[in-house]
Amino acid sequence: MMEPGLYHLLFISAALFFIGVFGFFTRRNLVTMLMSVELVLNSVNLNFIAFNKYLWPNKLDGLFFSIFVIAIAAAEAAVAIAIIINLYRSHHSIDVENTEELKF
Amino acid sequence: MNLTLLILLPLLTAVLILLMRNAQQVKWTALIGSTLQFALAFVLLFAFRNERAGGNEAQMLFELQYNWFPALHISFHLGVDGISVAMILLTAFVVVAGVLVSWNVTKMTKEFYFLLILLSLGAYGFFMSLDLFILFFFLEIAVIPKYLLIGIWGSGNKEKAANKLALMLMGGSSLVLVGLLGVYFGSPEKTFDLMTLSQLNIPVEVQKICFPLLFVGFGVFTALFPFHTWVPDGHSSAPTAGSMFLAGISMKLGGYGCLRVATYIMPDGAKEYADIIIVLSTIAILYGAFATMMQKDLKYINAYSSVSHCGFVLLGIGMLTKTAITGAVMQMVSHGLMTALFFAVIGMIYERTHTRQVNEMGGLLKVMPFITTVLFIVGLCSLGLPGLSGFVAEMTILMGSWQHPDWFHRIATIAACMSIVVTAVYILRAIGQTAMGPIKAEYANLADAKWNEKLAAVILIAGIIAIGVAPFWLNDLVSPAAEIIMNKVAGK
Amino acid sequence: MNDFLHIPILQVLPPGWDLGWSLMLIPLLPLAGFLLLGLFGRKYVKNSSGIIGTTLLLVSTALSLYTAYGYFFEFGKVDGVYQKIIPVQFTWLQFSPGVSIDMGIILDPISVMMLVVVSFISLMVHIYSLGYMKGEERFPTYYAFLGLFTFSMLGLVMSSNIFQLYFFWELVGVSSFLLIGYYYDRPSAVAACKKAFIVTRFADLGFLIGILILSFYAGTLDFNTLIERLTSASAPEFQSAITSSFLGVSALTWALVLVFIGGAGKSAMFPLHIWLPDAMEGPTPVSALIHAATMVVAGVFLVARLFPVFSMSPPALDIVAYTGIISALFAAVIACTQTDIKRVLAYSTMSQIGFMMFALGVSGQGGENGLGFTASMFHLFTHAMFKALLFLGAGAVIHFIHSNEMKEMGGLRKYLPVTHISFLIACLAISGVPPFAGFFSKEEILLAAYHHNAGIYWMALVTSGLTAFYMFRLYFRIFWNRSAIVHGEHHGEGGFAMMVPLVLLAVGAAAAGFIPFGNFVSSDGKRPESVFHLEFSIAPVAIGLVGIFAAMWLYKKQNDRAAAIAKSLNGFYKAAYHKFYVDELYLFITKKILFNLIGRPAAWFDKNVVDGLVIGTGNTTQVISEKIKGFQSGKVQQYAIYFLAGVIGLAVLFIYVWK
Repeated sequence: MMEPGLYHLLFISAALFFIGVFGFFTRRNLVTMLMSVELVLNSVNLNFIAFNKYLWPNKLDGLFFSIFVIAIAAAEAAVAIAIIINLYRSHHSIDVENTEELKF
Repeated sequence: MNLTLLILLPLLTAVLILLMRNAQQVKWTALIGSTLQFALAFVLLFAFRNERAGGNEAQMLFELQYNWFPALHISFHLGVDGISVAMILLTAFVVVAGVLVSWNVTKMTKEFYFLLILLSLGAYGFFMSLDLFILFFFLEIAVIPKYLLIGIWGSGNKEKAANKLALMLMGGSSLVLVGLLGVYFGSPEKTFDLMTLSQLNIPVEVQKICFPLLFVGFGVFTALFPFHTWVPDGHSSAPTAGSMFLAGISMKLGGYGCLRVATYIMPDGAKEYADIIIVLSTIAILYGAFATMMQKDLKYINAYSSVSHCGFVLLGIGMLTKTAITGAVMQMVSHGLMTALFFAVIGMIYERTHTRQVNEMGGLLKVMPFITTVLFIVGLCSLGLPGLSGFVAEMTILMGSWQHPDWFHRIATIAACMSIVVTAVYILRAIGQTAMGPIKAEYANLADAKWNEKLAAVILIAGIIAIGVAPFWLNDLVSPAAEIIMNKVAGK
Repeated sequence: MNDFLHIPILQVLPPGWDLGWSLMLIPLLPLAGFLLLGLFGRKYVKNSSGIIGTTLLLVSTALSLYTAYGYFFEFGKVDGVYQKIIPVQFTWLQFSPGVSIDMGIILDPISVMMLVVVSFISLMVHIYSLGYMKGEERFPTYYAFLGLFTFSMLGLVMSSNIFQLYFFWELVGVSSFLLIGYYYDRPSAVAACKKAFIVTRFADLGFLIGILILSFYAGTLDFNTLIERLTSASAPEFQSAITSSFLGVSALTWALVLVFIGGAGKSAMFPLHIWLPDAMEGPTPVSALIHAATMVVAGVFLVARLFPVFSMSPPALDIVAYTGIISALFAAVIACTQTDIKRVLAYSTMSQIGFMMFALGVSGQGGENGLGFTASMFHLFTHAMFKALLFLGAGAVIHFIHSNEMKEMGGLRKYLPVTHISFLIACLAISGVPPFAGFFSKEEILLAAYHHNAGIYWMALVTSGLTAFYMFRLYFRIFWNRSAIVHGEHHGEGGFAMMVPLVLLAVGAAAAGFIPFGNFVSSDGKRPESVFHLEFSIAPVAIGLVGIFAAMWLYKKQNDRAAAIAKSLNGFYKAAYHKFYVDELYLFITKKILFNLIGRPAAWFDKNVVDGLVIGTGNTTQVISEKIKGFQSGKVQQYAIYFLAGVIGLAVLFIYVWK
């Protein structure tokens, strides 16, 4: 059994990132889109941690960054869900197709 | 005399107007304010003459300077020479007449007069500024109210006209701004001060780039061909006082800027591009005149003839001789008075006949002797009748132009002379169709001018005749200042 | 700094002749009349405005006569030569060092002579109008305009500076415009006044450019200095004006020809004459004053004023001579066919001015050669008398019959005895019958032409025959021909006010020829030797008499002879009747070419091309923004795709392009 190395982690992170992006582009449900964003953020987290471990094992910068990202992601999720709830109240829908009024 | 008075007085008037309760109070406040401006302009004239007679040979008189934005070398620097005094006098004449003819404005009177007075503030500031940044600041003050004047109180296709005018003038002032910044960064010493800049030698490469920017930018204001198309539309849609201010003052801002800013601080650029200026202005003179022949709306007639007359201003500047430049300034004053009067008369006629089409009128001399007499006078002034101001100004420009012995300048001068004949054709056509001939039945009971209209006309006519009969005072005022500019161009 | 009230008296005059202010009053009094009546006439002095205007002019005339007496007999002559005196002059507008418009008064023989002519004829017309224009609604305005005209004309003749002359030149043009358009509600009058103004304005373009050229080479606008510099062959100014040339013609000739174009326009010389017949739309006294006696001779005066310079350029003088003689003959032919009595007189004026013009053209400078100059001025003087008389007489006839057409007239000698006699005197004078005024002056002109150029002499002889013919045609058609038909009440000859000028002018027309004119006016100010030859005058008098008898044979009694002759000359008669279609040619040029080929395209170009560009810029901006605003769709996922594409694009740029 092979020890998982940096490339494996980067591969997973990239996969996670593109899954997230793909989800963000294709899903119509705002909550699902939010979840996709979380995937993207977590792929970044994974990157930070992986680089921290393999490139600068005796430093903690990457860990701190990922903690920041998690905090921001939480805040972002809170704000986003609040927006979604309000949207639902006014539009009775959380489909992204129905949120096109902010244009031109 | 303290020049800030000329800025504070309109400012105070404008503020007072905003505080007034009803239209009557607003009108009288505006009238008193503009009369005080008028008086102040004369005080300035006499103070200026006294100083000069007392042997004060400084280029600029009554200078004052406050630091405004030291980091960018901007200072609040005012001062006047003969040219500025002439232009300030012109502004004062037009403002007081403009206030008088707008006596019947009922829609949003307070705002209307506020904007008029604000415009005069911008014009005075512009003509006194010796700092390019301040100059630009006042230029913008003088532009923006016009958009509102036309857009709110205009007639016809007013929104479109207001847009066109504002966009073209803004385009012009953006060119000016770019040019000013170019001068600022291109000059050996980073400064906006006009007097300092005029002492420096701005590198020729900078002049070659910045001169056309500034000249075209200011040229848009003074109907430089082919940037003149805001003139007909803007004038025809503007309210009477708006047209008077537009043609009488705003178009002169451009001429003054071309002379004082572009030509004075960048003489090499002026020499470089003089031929192009002459070609364009000659085209404007002749082409404006010919285009006028085909117009049927009185306001269009005067607008196109303004293009032609302002062509003379630019021609005088482009000729770069002392006489021609003196003539250009005289033409600015003369045309300002004349065209303001012309628009005032058109407004008076329109208020009565409710049409501006010349072929729908006729025989108005019978019912409105005063108004038609004014129309005759202004028409005759436009076609250069001796004894009125147009003759003096145009002849001075032509005499100045003729001092160049080469064929290029000769042909341009002769072409400009020809416009005098064309002017006679369209003016007589317009007068003949409106004032003379048999009168139509529906116009048989119209009333002649009221006191305010008579007063406005008399004030402007007094100015026109004062220049036409005794041009030497204006010449004495302007030509020393023109000589300084010319000396700079000649590299002395 | 200029001080307006301090006016320098330049030349010291003998004691008792301190003429500064009294000279200035001569033109200023009519100006005061203009201002007074123009501003207050309508309201305050409506009925007495005629008296006011006339009184002011009376004073001015008296001052003119006083000045003339003083100049010709007291102080004008120094060592046998009449001097050019400039008693008053001040700088009006300084262009550049040496070049300025000065307002001044020059006294020399021709200006003093013109001063007398203008003020005297104007006074006659003022008096005459008291009767003729009585009861007109715009009576004060009429007198105001007359005052303006008299002011400008007096200013013109006294000008000491060529630009000052141009100044007044334009002012007489505009007063003529105002007076022709006096009956402003008649479309024909409106058209006529516009035409008069525009045609003369067009000619003035030449004058203006001529002034510019002269001022450039002479470096001055002052007449005396200008003439001095451009007539002495050694002066550098003259050399440069002669040597620089354009199209093979020297600058001097160009300048003079251009100035002459201005003069030709004002004096209605062919082909710029078309405004004069139409100008007869004005009130008849105005035609007498402006379009017969004074303003139209301004062109002759201009050439005379610059005559020393003209004499330095033979080609320019030739042009003056040929234009003069062609106009004289051309107008005389047309005059024979017109039926409107004022138009006949208008063409006759044109023809007589042609005489004055070619007399100048055949003249030389100084001594015996200067005969043409003296003759021209003499003819100007006598012509002013008899032509004003003819017009005022015609005015009396029109006043009586209320029509300008010959066919309405005939047999009026019984109703208008004074008019009849004075008209006859004027006709004899213009036909050159001795001893009336025209005989002497025309004689001199023909003599001058005979010495100079035989072709011009013979054409002039024919013209003077034609002159006698058409004048007597007019005379017989008005006063004889058939018995008068008078409708209802008539008001006789229009009272005292109208008769006095007729009588005074008739005396002038009869006796003015006996003035020894050559003693006073000559090209160099010296008194020429007498050159009158009795045997020379046989031919002109004979041909004049032939013309008179021919007119008598055709028109004294009603008969068909005239119609038969007209028929036999069918094509030519028709062409002459239609004034040789010059008007139509002008109409074609202005309407078709100026308006349709220049004005309309210019207006179209402005509206569609120049303004089109501006609007096009606006529209293009709008179209583009319309196109690109689709990107701002409001669809979150679309934004995200652009975002991603942007990131990828930048990544590619950073990695592969900018490394």
